[in-house]
Amino acid sequence: MTLSPITIRRLANFRANRRGWWSMWIFAALFVLTLFAELIANDRPLVARVDGNWFFPVVADYAESDILPDGLPTDADWQDPELERAIAERGFAIWPPIRYRYDSVVRNLGRPSPAPPSARNWLGTDDQARDVAARVIYGFRISVLFGFTLTIIASCIGIAAGAIQGYYGGTIDLLFQRFIEIWSGMPQLYMLIILASIIAPGFWTLLLFMLLFSWMALTGVVRAEFLRGRNLDYVRAARALGVSDRAIMFRHILPNAMVATLTFLPFTLSGSVTVLASLDFLGFGLPPGSPSLGELLNQGKNNLRAPWLAFTGFVVLGTMLTLLIFIGEAVRDAFDPRKLPGGAR
Amino acid sequence: MTILRVENLSVAFGAKRVVQGVSFHVDAGETVAIVGESGSGKSVTALSCLRLLPATGGNREGRIELAGQDVLRATPNALRELRGGVAGMVFQEPMTSLNPLHSIGRQVAEAITLHRPLSGVALDAEVKAALIRAGLGTMTDRLRAYPHQLSGGQRQRVMIAAALANNPKLLIADEPTTALDVTIQAQILELLAQLKRELSMALLLITHDLTIVKRHADRVVVMKDGAVVEQGRVADVFAAPQHPYTRMLLATEPRGRPAPIAPDAPLVMEARDVRVSFPIRRGFLRRVVAHVHAVRGVSLALRAGETLGVVGESGSGKTTLGLALLRMETSEGTIALEGRAIQGLSRNAMRPLRARMQVVFQDPYGSLSPRMTAGDIIGEGLAVHEPGMTSTARAARVAAALEEVGLPADTTNRYPHEFSGGQRQRIAIARALVLKPRFLVLDEPTSALDVSVQAQVVELLRGLQAKHGLAYLFVSHDLRVVRAMAHRIMVMKDGQVVEEGEAEALTAYPQQPYTRALMQAAFLNE
Repeated sequence: MTLSPITIRRLANFRANRRGWWSMWIFAALFVLTLFAELIANDRPLVARVDGNWFFPVVADYAESDILPDGLPTDADWQDPELERAIAERGFAIWPPIRYRYDSVVRNLGRPSPAPPSARNWLGTDDQARDVAARVIYGFRISVLFGFTLTIIASCIGIAAGAIQGYYGGTIDLLFQRFIEIWSGMPQLYMLIILASIIAPGFWTLLLFMLLFSWMALTGVVRAEFLRGRNLDYVRAARALGVSDRAIMFRHILPNAMVATLTFLPFTLSGSVTVLASLDFLGFGLPPGSPSLGELLNQGKNNLRAPWLAFTGFVVLGTMLTLLIFIGEAVRDAFDPRKLPGGAR
Repeated sequence: MTILRVENLSVAFGAKRVVQGVSFHVDAGETVAIVGESGSGKSVTALSCLRLLPATGGNREGRIELAGQDVLRATPNALRELRGGVAGMVFQEPMTSLNPLHSIGRQVAEAITLHRPLSGVALDAEVKAALIRAGLGTMTDRLRAYPHQLSGGQRQRVMIAAALANNPKLLIADEPTTALDVTIQAQILELLAQLKRELSMALLLITHDLTIVKRHADRVVVMKDGAVVEQGRVADVFAAPQHPYTRMLLATEPRGRPAPIAPDAPLVMEARDVRVSFPIRRGFLRRVVAHVHAVRGVSLALRAGETLGVVGESGSGKTTLGLALLRMETSEGTIALEGRAIQGLSRNAMRPLRARMQVVFQDPYGSLSPRMTAGDIIGEGLAVHEPGMTSTARAARVAAALEEVGLPADTTNRYPHEFSGGQRQRIAIARALVLKPRFLVLDEPTSALDVSVQAQVVELLRGLQAKHGLAYLFVSHDLRVVRAMAHRIMVMKDGQVVEEGEAEALTAYPQQPYTRALMQAAFLNE
C-alpha cells in the first residue's frame, strides 16, 4: 500500500510531538493490558493441575466434583481454603498476579473495610471489601470501551448528518439545523434520571441513550466542510463527469471533513469517558456492582477516612484523560497544514 | 542618487534557498521592474526590502540599503520609520490587503498617524489629499465607506493612497494589477506612472507581465529560480535579450491561429436565449425579493472543431454561461447537444451525456483532488461511464490520455502536488479528454499559468482540437490568448452579448466602445 504524501507528512508531524507519541503508546499498552483483565485480576487460577488433570478455570467453569473426587457437584469456589489446600497437596495452580475479580469479596480481611493498601490488596479495598486494584483494571477497560463505542458510533452518525446538511444545503440544511438546535436543548441529565427510574440502565442502554445526544458534536464542523467542499473545483469537475452524489461525498469531500473529525476524536473520547464517570458518580450509571471509576470516586467521597479510594480514582481517571488530551494535541498538530515536520514551533 | 541598493541578497526557508545572490539598485525617480515566473523569488526579494518576511524565513544574507540605512540590521524602531515613511508598499490582492472591519478613511489615517503626529481637521485634510492624489476625488465625502462597498480598482487606489500618504521616496508594488480587470489595470498603471512623476519617487514594480514592463519600466531585472539572470535598460533588454531565459520569455506570447473548420462540420452545441438568474432572498421566511441576472438571453452555435472565445471582465457572466451550457447551473432557454435538447433532463438522463461534454477549470491547484493520484483522477470518469471496463483496459486508456496531453505514462501513480501548474492543467485536460467528449468548456484554462506555460497549453489545446474535432467554449479575460485560440469571439458585459464576430475582424475593427476599450487595454503595445 502506498501512503499519500499528505498522510506521510501527517505521520511525521504526529511523531514529532514526542509527548503525544509516547502518550499514545502508553495508552495503547494500558488498553491492551486491560483488555486481558481476566488474566491479570481474577478470583480463579489461570491453570490448575490436580491428579494429572489440567484445568483452565479462566475460560471454563468447573464443578467442585470435577476437580476433587469427593467434591460437591456445585460450582467450584477457587478461593475456598479447603480447595486450595487440596490442590496444593495433589498438584499445583498458577494464579494471576491479583487474586480478585472486580466483584469478589476479600475474605479474612482482619479489619473492617475499607482496608488500607497491603501486600495482598495493593490499593486496599473499598467499603464492600472488594479489591480496588482489580476494580480499577476492569473499570479502566469498561470506561475506554464505552468511550470508544460511543465516540465511533456518534462520529459516524454525526458525519453522515453533517455531510447531508452541508452537501445538499437549502431547505434540508435549514430544517436539520433547527432540529439540532431544539434537540440539543433537551435536558440530558434529567431525562437520564427519569430513564433510570423506569429501567435499570446497563452498558448498552446507557450507550444508546448517550448516543441520542452526542452525535451532534461533530455535525457542525462536518457541515461546514461540506458546504465549503461542494464548491471546490475538483468537486465540480467530478459532478461534470457525472459522478453520483454519494461517490462525490465519500471520495472527494469526506477526506477533507475527516481532518476536523479526527482532530476532534481524542477529545470526544475523553469527553465520553468523563460523562460515564460522572453518571456513575451520581449513581445513574452502570448497574450496581459494575467496576466503575465514577463509583470509586463516589466511595472516596463517602469514606474520607480512606484516602486511598479517592486518590486511586483520581490518579487513574486523571492519567487516562491526560494521556487522551496529549494524544489529541499530537493529532491536532499532525493535521495542521502549516506545520512542517521538525520545523520550528 | 540611489534609493534602494540590494547587494548579494540570499533568503532561505529552512534548507531551501529561494533567493540567491541577488543584486540590483533603484535610483531616485526611476521605475525598475522585477519580472519572473511564479517561484522565481521576485516577491520574496520585494518583501525582504522592507524585512516583511515571517521570522521563520530568517536566513537572510547580504545587504539591503534603503535611503542609506541597512535594512537587515535595523532596529525595530528604525524599521518602522522605513516602512511607510521611506518606502510604501502595494500588494497584489486588493480584496485582502485592506482590513474589512475598518473604514477606508481610518485605514489611510492610520498610515499617516504612524509617521506624523496629526489629528482632527489636519488629519482629515491629509487623508482627503491622499485620496484625491490616488484618483479617488469622489470618495472624499465617503471616508466612512468600508472596503466591501468599493470595487477592486477603487480598493487598489485606497491601498495606493495609504502607501503614498507620507510621500515615500520609493513605492514597492507587488503585482499591483494582477487581480484586476484589464481596463482597470491600465488605469491603475497610468495612475502609478503619473504619481511617480508628480512626487518624483522611485517605483519598484514586481510583475510577471512583460507588457507592463515594456510600457512602464525604465530598467528591468529578470529573475529565474531565485537568481538574477539578466538586468538592464528595458529598451536594450527587449531589443537584444542576452540570456536564453529572457529570450524564451519574450518569445512565448501565445501566437498563431486555430486550424480552419471543416465546411461540413456538424453542429455540436446550440443554445438559444439562455438566461440564468440567482434569487436574492431576504427576511425571516427568506422570500425571493429580487433576482440577479447573471446571463440575460445569450444564443450561440458551435460546430465541431470550432472555438468560440467568450471574453469579458469579472462579473460579466461568462463562466456562468459555460456552466449553464453544461447543465451545472439552472438556466432557462433551449440548449441542444448534438441536436438533442438537454434542457430539463433529469440527472440520470444527463449522466450518459456528461461524457459528451466536459469542462476544464481555471485553477490547476484547486481542480485536482490532492488525495488522489493522477491515474485515479483521470480514471474516475471511466469508472462512471464505462463501469464494465477491466482495470487493465482502464489503465491503458488513462495512459493513452496522459500521453495525448504530453505527460509520460509513468506519472499515473503520482499525486497532484508533485506536478507543476502546467502539468496539472494537462492532467485536468486529460481527465476531460479520456471520455472522448465532443464539447469542452474551457474556463480560463491558462489564466493561472506562467506565460511560457500558457503558450504550451494553447498549443496543446489547438492540437487536440484539430485531431479530434472538438468544439471549445473558451472563456477568458485574456484577449491575447483568446485571439490565438478562437475562431469567433463573443464579448460579454453584465450578462449580455455586447459584440460577436469572427476573431480576426473583431480584434482588428471592434465596433462597440466597450470592445474597443478592452482591445486597447490588451494590445496597447502593438
